[in-house]
Amino acid sequence: MPIVVLVLAAIGAAFFIVPLLGLIVRSPWRDALTALTAPETLEALKLSLFASLTATAAGLVLGVPLAWLYARVEFPGRNLLRALTTLPMVLPPVVGGIALLLAFGRRGLVGSWLNTTFGFTLPFTTAGVVMAETFVAMPFLILTVEAGLRSMDRRYEEAARTLGASRWRVFTRVTLPLIGPSLFAGAVLCWARALGEFGATITFAGNFPGVTQTMPLAVYLLLETNQEASYILSLVLLLVSLVVLVGLRDRWLGSA
Amino acid sequence: MHNRFSMLIVAAVFLAACGSSGNAAATSPAATPSPVPLSGNLSVFAAASLTASFTALGTSFQAANPGVKVKFNFAGTPTLVTQIEQGAPADVLASADTTNMDKLTAEGFTAGASLVFAHNLLEIVVAPGNPKGITGLADLAKSGVIYISEAPSVPAGKYSLQALKSAGVMVTPKSLEASVTAVISKIELGEADAGIVYTTDVTAAGSKVAGVQIPAANNVTATYPIVVVKGTTNAAAAYAFTSYVVSATGQSALASFGFLPAT
Repeated sequence: MPIVVLVLAAIGAAFFIVPLLGLIVRSPWRDALTALTAPETLEALKLSLFASLTATAAGLVLGVPLAWLYARVEFPGRNLLRALTTLPMVLPPVVGGIALLLAFGRRGLVGSWLNTTFGFTLPFTTAGVVMAETFVAMPFLILTVEAGLRSMDRRYEEAARTLGASRWRVFTRVTLPLIGPSLFAGAVLCWARALGEFGATITFAGNFPGVTQTMPLAVYLLLETNQEASYILSLVLLLVSLVVLVGLRDRWLGSA
Repeated sequence: MHNRFSMLIVAAVFLAACGSSGNAAATSPAATPSPVPLSGNLSVFAAASLTASFTALGTSFQAANPGVKVKFNFAGTPTLVTQIEQGAPADVLASADTTNMDKLTAEGFTAGASLVFAHNLLEIVVAPGNPKGITGLADLAKSGVIYISEAPSVPAGKYSLQALKSAGVMVTPKSLEASVTAVISKIELGEADAGIVYTTDVTAAGSKVAGVQIPAANNVTATYPIVVVKGTTNAAAAYAFTSYVVSATGQSALASFGFLPAT
């Protein structure tokens, strides 16, 4: 084992672990319960859970058909479309927020029409939070489900077809159950990403307690008024992410 | 072969980055401006409402002191204070209120006393042409008006609350933005109808927004103090910059952006 590799790997690991230690060491554990049960915290937590779960549901409804399209249908521009629909994975979330404003804001391409036709605007609403989170998180679901569809044994689908099942029936009764693990992994990744969403949310939906202030926004603003509470909330988000990643390791990264 | 080489480059860059942050803790004694030509980098942390004026001040300061490179970090004052508390390498802090400045001083992060260098007044910011016909603070509570504010931790947000309270106006903002500039940009984008910002922000935004004055009886005067941050690595330039801001030249530059004089 080359020593250089070991040393660099150790530095690499420390680079990730030390910040987590900092958070754990500096958190005021005695006040943890007070900070966690403060009304503002509970409000932010409730909103975060609602918005991230709704975003995951939206991701499943819209993302699975896209994944199916990418995995099963050859069409011109498929790679470009896939790149476009997974762009938010690498795009700075703030840029996503600006793009959402220009499209769905009060004066946006679609937003101005929504406003004049239905008197309905998305910024500063919980629906806006869900949209921002879906925009940023759905690509994780699309890619995971597409990988699942590509690696599944298609003979089961063919068998069902030859036995007379309709395309829709094959999709719902054979394909979806077979890619169950990928669906689950994709949904959990999507949910975790939505839960942690900050940039697109604050840019597109704004920040108001109980309406658009999710946990990450609360953490950011608490850092300026009540640092201890913001450390505790950060830890909560960190633990959730850790549980998700450890739980999914086998499915997402392949077993070690 | 190629891989090993690029790995070493990454490691070297990483170690260099570690090293440079390590010696930021070294403190220099308080120094007065010296006749020796100033040099080096000067990191100025300034309230978001100073973005336009301080950028101009920085340029003229650099022109007068060619050896100095001024770098600005503009953000909401509480953000800047948090960054300094966490060890961000700031040489000078210009705050939009005395509360945050006093807090930082009490915690021992400043070198010497702060100097008041400007005052500012509040103004209602609306879209060009004032489409919602807003004439004063009371109109912010009208139905159909989307009013947004700065978070109460941001000085402008705190002053807005004071102004609304003194006018007896009860209004719930649709959003509590992290800085004055965030409020202005949402007005420019047309997402919100009105916000309360500083007079200078309305001036700086030019024709992209319009302002509605707040009567003196309900207005709040913002006080801007500036200070040299303890642990500055370029004390000479830091003191020279604060002196420049309060000098006649600095004051007339600030006045051109709509700030009220320090005294």
